[in-house]
Amino acid sequence: MAYSDKVLDHYNQPRNVGSLSKDDPNVGTGVVGAPECGDVMKLQIKVNAQGVIEDARFKTFGCGSAIASSSLATEWVKGKTVAEAATLRNTDIVQELNLPPIKIHCSVLAEDAIRAALADYKAKQDAATKSEV
Amino acid sequence: MAVKLPIYMDNHATTAVDPRVLEAMLPYFTEIYGNAASRTHVFGRQAEEAVDLARHQIAQAIGATTDKEVVFTSGATESDNLAIKGAAHMLRDKGDHLITLATEHKAVLDSFSALEREGFRVTYLPVDTLGIVSMEALAAAITPQTLLVAIMAVNNEIGVVQPLAEIGQLCHERGVLFFCDAAQAVGKIPLDVEAMHIDLLAMSAHKMYGPKGIGALYVRRKNPRVRLEPILHGGGHERGLRSGTLAVPMIVAMGKAAELARLELHDESQRLLALRNRLWTGLKSRLDHIYLNGHEDFRTPGNLNVSFAYVEGESMLMGIADIAVSSGSACTSASLEPSYVLKALGVGDELAHTSIRFGIGRFNTEEEIDYTIERVVEVANRLRDMSPLWEMVQEGIDLSTVSWSGH
Repeated sequence: MAYSDKVLDHYNQPRNVGSLSKDDPNVGTGVVGAPECGDVMKLQIKVNAQGVIEDARFKTFGCGSAIASSSLATEWVKGKTVAEAATLRNTDIVQELNLPPIKIHCSVLAEDAIRAALADYKAKQDAATKSEV
Repeated sequence: MAVKLPIYMDNHATTAVDPRVLEAMLPYFTEIYGNAASRTHVFGRQAEEAVDLARHQIAQAIGATTDKEVVFTSGATESDNLAIKGAAHMLRDKGDHLITLATEHKAVLDSFSALEREGFRVTYLPVDTLGIVSMEALAAAITPQTLLVAIMAVNNEIGVVQPLAEIGQLCHERGVLFFCDAAQAVGKIPLDVEAMHIDLLAMSAHKMYGPKGIGALYVRRKNPRVRLEPILHGGGHERGLRSGTLAVPMIVAMGKAAELARLELHDESQRLLALRNRLWTGLKSRLDHIYLNGHEDFRTPGNLNVSFAYVEGESMLMGIADIAVSSGSACTSASLEPSYVLKALGVGDELAHTSIRFGIGRFNTEEEIDYTIERVVEVANRLRDMSPLWEMVQEGIDLSTVSWSGH
């Protein structure tokens, strides 16, 4: 399979690889996929007091397109508000990385990872608000 | 010494044409270009003589009693089809049952599927965790209705060698034909259709340093005489078994390739085994959590199939882009399913996705093996550093206890 230049670029120089502390109340963690399906993505966001995502990290087990999709996802969510990040769609990733049809599921997984991280962050915030009451 | 890149180490997929093979075939394009069936003039007779020599070279390489037992085809896929469908159709009055292995090549499995649609019954024997057939299971599967047993010599993914002599002996005793797909075996392991009681044997030139597009089928003539119903009808070439003008240059090349394979088999398998051991030892000594797929000893010397846990296969291939190998990962297949061969061994999907097949061949060198070790270790470490699974394992999490979201 021929990879697009953008996929190769993200694969060779992945952005924001790493981990944030899962226990930090301002960090949302999303882990999606399964080892037996051949791809697992972990995407984390760190949200500041203004509701802006100030940092994002990923780790991915998967093909080059899965690595590129998650790398791109971290780049895109950084600097966005939580509400803005929720509007990111897998089709935007497909377009940006020029993914072939057989690799569209990689972009779907990246969208799922963002949503899972946002949901985890929201759950943590809700829990914190409740305990304050 | 600097290694020349890219490195070709995918010799199960295909091999380069040996320069000696190319040299042998070239005159048959422009000088001796007659039709081997044109016995009335010198051009045709010279072509026929060349074909006769090639037939002899191939017969010798597999221990056939007479050269007439070699039938030329377009490749192993055609030979597989001709042997399986040809025998089943010829013998359909005698029974309706056929036996094969779950790990056979698609050309064999799909031929059986086609026969199943015609009403034949097929038993797909399992293999053990090292990829070897159970002789007890085979013996138990043979019934009075059984016409043919199809078991490959060397598996194309994991390189394991089946106990051919034992299988042949059993089939012979029970009066069942034994067809062996030997595409990956000719010139790699010793083969003797007499000693192994093989009745039909499929071969391919491009797996043994010959050109693509030519193959052969060994069809036993005596004890028993095997009769097949042809697939291609026409001018009655190859004693009616395979019509179509003989591809003389290709046949000459396949003959030369078979001769070289036979003459160099002993020394070359020693050399390949040393290279494979160097690769496996080198990888094992520097990486944890890597697993050999298939039997280590009953294995063709040039094959190494390894799962690199927590490193997805296609991302590994991307990382070692200047080394041509292949993977059993779903991402490299059109079906998005991981290797059915590894599945048959009981290798879990999560490990099948991380498998890499190294196919070491005639033109690989020790320097290339050393370079490969360096690159694979470097890329595996880099990808593990960015693998969430590796991170969890380092944290002491048992991955089998995690509830994955899947998709």
